[in-house]
Amino acid sequence: MNSVLSRRALLAAAAAFGMLTVTAAPSSAADTIKVGTFLAVTGPASFLGDPELKTLQMYVDKINESGGVLGKKLELVHYDTAADPNKAVTFVKRLIDQDEVDVLLGGSASGETLAVMPMVEKAEIPYISFAGARKIVDPVQKWTFKTPHTDTMACQKIFEDMKKRGLTKIGMISGTDGFGASMQAECKSEAGKYGVDILVDETYGPKDTDMTAQLTKIKATAGVQAVLNPGFGQGPAIVTKNFKQLGLNVPLYQSHGVASKKFIELAGDAAEGVRLPAAALLVADKLPDSDVQKKVVTAYTAEFGGKYGAESVSTFGGHAYDGLMLIVDAYKRAGSTDKAKVRDALEATKGYVGTGGVVNFSATDHMGLDLSAFRMLEIRNGDWTLVN
Amino acid sequence: MLGEFLQYLFSGLTSGAIYALVGLGFALIYNASHVINFAQGEFVMLGGMGTVFIAAAGVPLPLAGLLAVLMATVVGFALEKLAVEQTRNASVVTLIIITIGASIFVRGGAQVAFDKQFHTLPSFSGDTPINILGATVTPQSLWVLGITVVIVLLLQYFFTRTLLGKAILATSHNPMAARLVGINVNAILLMSFGLSAALGAVAGILITPITSTNYEVGIMLGLKGFCAAILGGLGSGFGAIAGGVILGVAEALGAGYISSEYKDVIAFVIILAALFFMPSGLFGKRGTDRV
Repeated sequence: MNSVLSRRALLAAAAAFGMLTVTAAPSSAADTIKVGTFLAVTGPASFLGDPELKTLQMYVDKINESGGVLGKKLELVHYDTAADPNKAVTFVKRLIDQDEVDVLLGGSASGETLAVMPMVEKAEIPYISFAGARKIVDPVQKWTFKTPHTDTMACQKIFEDMKKRGLTKIGMISGTDGFGASMQAECKSEAGKYGVDILVDETYGPKDTDMTAQLTKIKATAGVQAVLNPGFGQGPAIVTKNFKQLGLNVPLYQSHGVASKKFIELAGDAAEGVRLPAAALLVADKLPDSDVQKKVVTAYTAEFGGKYGAESVSTFGGHAYDGLMLIVDAYKRAGSTDKAKVRDALEATKGYVGTGGVVNFSATDHMGLDLSAFRMLEIRNGDWTLVN
Repeated sequence: MLGEFLQYLFSGLTSGAIYALVGLGFALIYNASHVINFAQGEFVMLGGMGTVFIAAAGVPLPLAGLLAVLMATVVGFALEKLAVEQTRNASVVTLIIITIGASIFVRGGAQVAFDKQFHTLPSFSGDTPINILGATVTPQSLWVLGITVVIVLLLQYFFTRTLLGKAILATSHNPMAARLVGINVNAILLMSFGLSAALGAVAGILITPITSTNYEVGIMLGLKGFCAAILGGLGSGFGAIAGGVILGVAEALGAGYISSEYKDVIAFVIILAALFFMPSGLFGKRGTDRV
């Protein structure tokens, strides 16, 4: 009886573990490069992890079909963290010790990336994160790189645009989720450098159903020339609708956190005139042919959109694409799979044109992007338009 | 000044009506079984998500809404049949834990069956805000308020005037005695789960144009609805409405006059205070125990 039970338990456990890994059958270590990845494919950050994993799987297959890297096939080993830093630590430990991967990609959210960084540094494995926080690359850690731009850059881009329009007195309404709170803090510390005064600073819970109270307070504050709303998910869409409902007649700025067609769909007509910074990927078809990123973003949009539907193309999948391509590029330039040599080649990356911008890594910069990576967009007639 | 106050009030009424509608579902199942159904928020999610996806498949919107309500009702039946009824003699606490498990299951299922994105529905009668003394309210909020009132009146009629409604009440007071007078207790339980699932789904459809929906929208709505039901007195329809509106208005006034950082704190302090002085809620029946 007991043995039957335990066998059943074992089977169940085996099945559970089986569901976590999405990899194909193992092959001998010599002729493959093992790419370990841990992403939030389920859970609250699944909108990040889902396109990231699909992108990695799609392009690993593509690279393998065309002969692989340095004559070796890429082998993707994946674990789903559900955006839980504790799970991320466990899985990265497994990727390093058990799966013995050659390179690490991932961490959809900043929390999980920051949690695994000390381990990665100790294991000395080249690592590219897909998460936003500035802390990941500031101060620079030897083995850790990242592809997305930071909240700080988004704040700078927004303030730059406000200054151009002569808007210096603003109100802020931020989500209290990790993304909103982090960007709120970054914007508040950057505002002074651009001569922008934050007259009123409100917050809302990420799952709140109505933000008119906070916006009424902003409306009643004399002298507010523009409103900035850092946040992601449904919150900014509700803010935008409430903003229109209350008849606020000042420009509304959203963050790159809602830079997807979904936002326009959710906010509807109220989204007209809203400005936000976003990566070039979103406006692939609207970029002038002279734009350096035009080629790579149109290709990615066509390939990913062709397989999973045009509306599923997001900057998050783009971050994964950049991570994979940067590492492949580094392998080719290193000419070997030696981890130290690959890391050095990665750090020497110059002028790589990706979906997130033009990447120039250096010993002091492991993100390698500047403000040109962001485009200022305005929503007009239910679509993005580029603002110059 | 008046305009601002009215605006806070309206925004409180909007969220309050949403909480009330969700709270009603809690009250209904509690009435029949003394079980607090923590999967109530998931019924709300199923209503909204179901409508979005059925409409996306080409079904006209009103019909899609109806089908979504039916779908949620079936899930409600299934929850009663497959989980609650199987543990016939389990204590109420066990049943409550079962509903928590069911809510996680439904959420996971929705993530696979639907998707992980946010979705919205068009407002029933446009988005042009209605201006009252310098404050604005959207027509959709009025829909939510209006339908909530209608549902409460219907429920009131149902529980006090119809045999079936009275049977549900009788079952809640004393299942054994109800059985002895010929009430099919299992059928009553089954029905109340179906009814409250349908109610939740209707709420989900009504509020989706305001808040938008995704697979896990039920967690927070369920929690706030539960607070509304507790504050008003579990099992009381009017209590759930009063609780929801008080909660919503307290949040809005708190955010407006004190600080939006402490919005939820203010609401929860009111609930704590209310329960401290009136443990059975504002409109709940005083509990008496026979010794």
